[in-house]
Amino acid sequence: MSATDRIALPLRRPATALAAWQRSALVLAGLAAALAPLWLLESFHLFQLTMAVIMALAVLGLNIVTGYNGQISLGHGAFFAVGAYATAILMSHLDWSFWATLPVSAVVCGLIGYGVGFPALRLGGLYLALTTFSLAVAVPQILKHKSIEGWTGGVQGLFLVKPDPPAFLPLTPDQWMYCMALIVSSVCFLLAWNLIRGRIGRALMATRDHPIAAEAMGMDIAALKTQAFAVSAMITGLAGSLSAVAVEYVAPDSFSFALSINLFVGMVVGGVASILGSLFGGLFVLFVPNIAEAISKAAPGVIYGVILIAFLFLLPDGFAGLLRRLAARLRRASP
Amino acid sequence: MDGLAHQIVAGIATGGIYAAVSLALVMIYQATHHVNFAQGEMATLSTFIAWSMIEAGIPYWVAFFATIAISFVIGAAVERLLMRPVQNAPVLTHVGVFIGLLLIVGNATGWIFGYTTKLFPTPFESDKPLLGGLVSAHELGSTAVTLAVLSLVYLFFRHTRLGLAMRAAAYNPRSARLVGIRVGWMLALGWGLAAAIGAVAGMMVAPVVFLDPTMMLGILLYAFAGALLGGIDNPSGAVIGGFAVGVLENLAGAYVVGTELKLTVALAIIIGVLVVKPSGLFGRVVMSRV
Amino acid sequence: MPALLEAKGLTAGYGAAPVLHGLDFEVEEGGVTALLGANGAGKTTTLRAVCGMVRTTGEIRLGGQSIAGRATEDIARLGLAHVPDGRGTFMELTVEENFRLGAYVRRDREVQADFERMWEWFPRLRQRWRQQAGTLSGGEQQMLAIARALLLRPRLLLLDEPSFGLAPLIVQEIFAIMRRIREESGVGILLVEQNANLALELADRAYLLETGRIVVAGPAAELREDEAIRRSYLGY
Repeated sequence: MSATDRIALPLRRPATALAAWQRSALVLAGLAAALAPLWLLESFHLFQLTMAVIMALAVLGLNIVTGYNGQISLGHGAFFAVGAYATAILMSHLDWSFWATLPVSAVVCGLIGYGVGFPALRLGGLYLALTTFSLAVAVPQILKHKSIEGWTGGVQGLFLVKPDPPAFLPLTPDQWMYCMALIVSSVCFLLAWNLIRGRIGRALMATRDHPIAAEAMGMDIAALKTQAFAVSAMITGLAGSLSAVAVEYVAPDSFSFALSINLFVGMVVGGVASILGSLFGGLFVLFVPNIAEAISKAAPGVIYGVILIAFLFLLPDGFAGLLRRLAARLRRASP
Repeated sequence: MDGLAHQIVAGIATGGIYAAVSLALVMIYQATHHVNFAQGEMATLSTFIAWSMIEAGIPYWVAFFATIAISFVIGAAVERLLMRPVQNAPVLTHVGVFIGLLLIVGNATGWIFGYTTKLFPTPFESDKPLLGGLVSAHELGSTAVTLAVLSLVYLFFRHTRLGLAMRAAAYNPRSARLVGIRVGWMLALGWGLAAAIGAVAGMMVAPVVFLDPTMMLGILLYAFAGALLGGIDNPSGAVIGGFAVGVLENLAGAYVVGTELKLTVALAIIIGVLVVKPSGLFGRVVMSRV
Repeated sequence: MPALLEAKGLTAGYGAAPVLHGLDFEVEEGGVTALLGANGAGKTTTLRAVCGMVRTTGEIRLGGQSIAGRATEDIARLGLAHVPDGRGTFMELTVEENFRLGAYVRRDREVQADFERMWEWFPRLRQRWRQQAGTLSGGEQQMLAIARALLLRPRLLLLDEPSFGLAPLIVQEIFAIMRRIREESGVGILLVEQNANLALELADRAYLLETGRIVVAGPAAELREDEAIRRSYLGY
């Protein structure tokens, strides 16, 4: 038994035991809810929902390192960009299929995340925030640079085409795109969920909340933190890959500083250190600006800022936290 | 050789701007141990306020000082309204509030004043070449202004009762209360001062980079780099760091990486300092090793 | 005439758990009151309660004026100086700056005269005038802390274990100075001290605390003479 097994921190309530039939019913209902939009939405709204799923995946990545492990990253847009470019370059220059690019994208982002995680180790929370903030601001400039123009397409960016659905499926490319986003995201969410509720998740949270105690118990904090960064970058990078094909285009200015900030806002509003919260975060990031943009070009930013601060003041555990408390109240009301 | 000399002089001129913003950052860092990510946006807003006054026909220097006063009030108000309620919250909350502030101020500026680039006047104009054409009148004038501001700030902290009280409140708030210092007001005052210094930096840089709502984002990065290089808990260090980064940036831009990667130079300095010497050149060691 | 400091039914604590359970005590104008007791008895908390650093209930009056529930900085401005545990000097600032901060709220013209008086009482501080407080020895820092507190021209001085962590000779020196302060300045002192012997020599009243309650109260001389109290509580 390793040291982490012995930590009995009250990090999560034990999940209420559900009967097997209840669980299967829930899974089926979830599946139905996830697939229903395929037939209910026409292509533009389906595309938006696809992007929301992708953003949720990106927020999930951020949540692992910032929410669960307490390393504040304001620059996760950079990993998103790396993933997107990895897929775009492989598909447009080398004619790879989309699925084949995913492992490469994951490995590249994971390695870069691991690399960023190293200097991050030595930096207190604020310094990391500052460095990643600077990274977020600098990313478009780096992507535009001449020396890599041959691969990245410079300011123009790269165009690509959505993969066609397999012949045996009667789906349009848009519908198939939604399915792919759903498949990749579901796998990542399930893996993340398994990771977080197990030994590693407890270790991540212990290093966040009680670093000295965690170290005293023999956890290898440095390894944990760099690995958290790698996994986090990998997930956000995969979201970037998906977005590249969903949009069929990558360009430096799509990965501006605003993207990183959006992911951060999505995480806070959805729920810091919450898997479910990442899902809400994705929906929020995609749909709130659309609604706000109807008011004015600058409105989304202002409304974003106001919502962010309002959540920090009033609902610091985000939308997921609010749901959790409502559910707890319901349970108490009807024993 | 003339080219090199010119790059250095121009570097010092922009370095003065960075130094001012670095100092503003360090002042807030010292008092609260937070980095104000919205410092640049607040300075941009101030510059727009000055711009609209000048557009309305108010003489430059009147607008200049009025802007400083208004910025001071805005800064102090931000502290009282936004930072006070979360002062005991975790770091993530603070970073979040700063990001929220950045979004609100930055976008509100765009909303009110529009996104088109505007010309901002300089009060320093001269037909004659200065120092044999080595330096423009605006470079000379803005360097003088930033140096004057930095000296005033220095004198204020060193030699006034209020300055001493602000330092005491920053170093040791508990003891400061015991000698009767109203620590909460000192923080608000610090924020006001930081905003005022940022406003000066904005007004001095706007004639060079032109005025638009994202004007300060890059400058903020250099100010981060300057503050870290000098030591983020050391105001004089931050000023020196700001100047150094200005010169470094200009030289790198002219001879090494070209202008397209200027922001990346700032990022490289930040990472370099944090990896090699996290306490900066003149700072105390504040590493967290866990 | 009312006492300089009067506490009635004072309770205080951190979070939910109270540490003090209804204390009544006094400091006379110009007098020295000692609070004695073992570690964890609530002595430090009592001082913190008086100067508004922890939440309290009950009554606290300074010169007849209620100060309960007021902010620490306002209480300081009413003439209450506190040398807390850990001394509360400004380590990063010079001795001179610490002096100036001590007199921060004063607007009178006698500050310089008081500086000179402090130099006389604590000649070593004058030698260290431009040095950072953090570079001073423990004894010098304690002296600086007391000087800083006295420069407020307080009516009441709270001292939290001035002998803590200091060599016996230095402790003797500091208590000698405190006797002088008592005679020359007329400031009232509320003293928390582990070294009961020293404290009772200096004090005219004393209270013995045990787990947040006063178990013995009386003139210092009586406590000193009482064999039973001495053995069971003071341990000498």
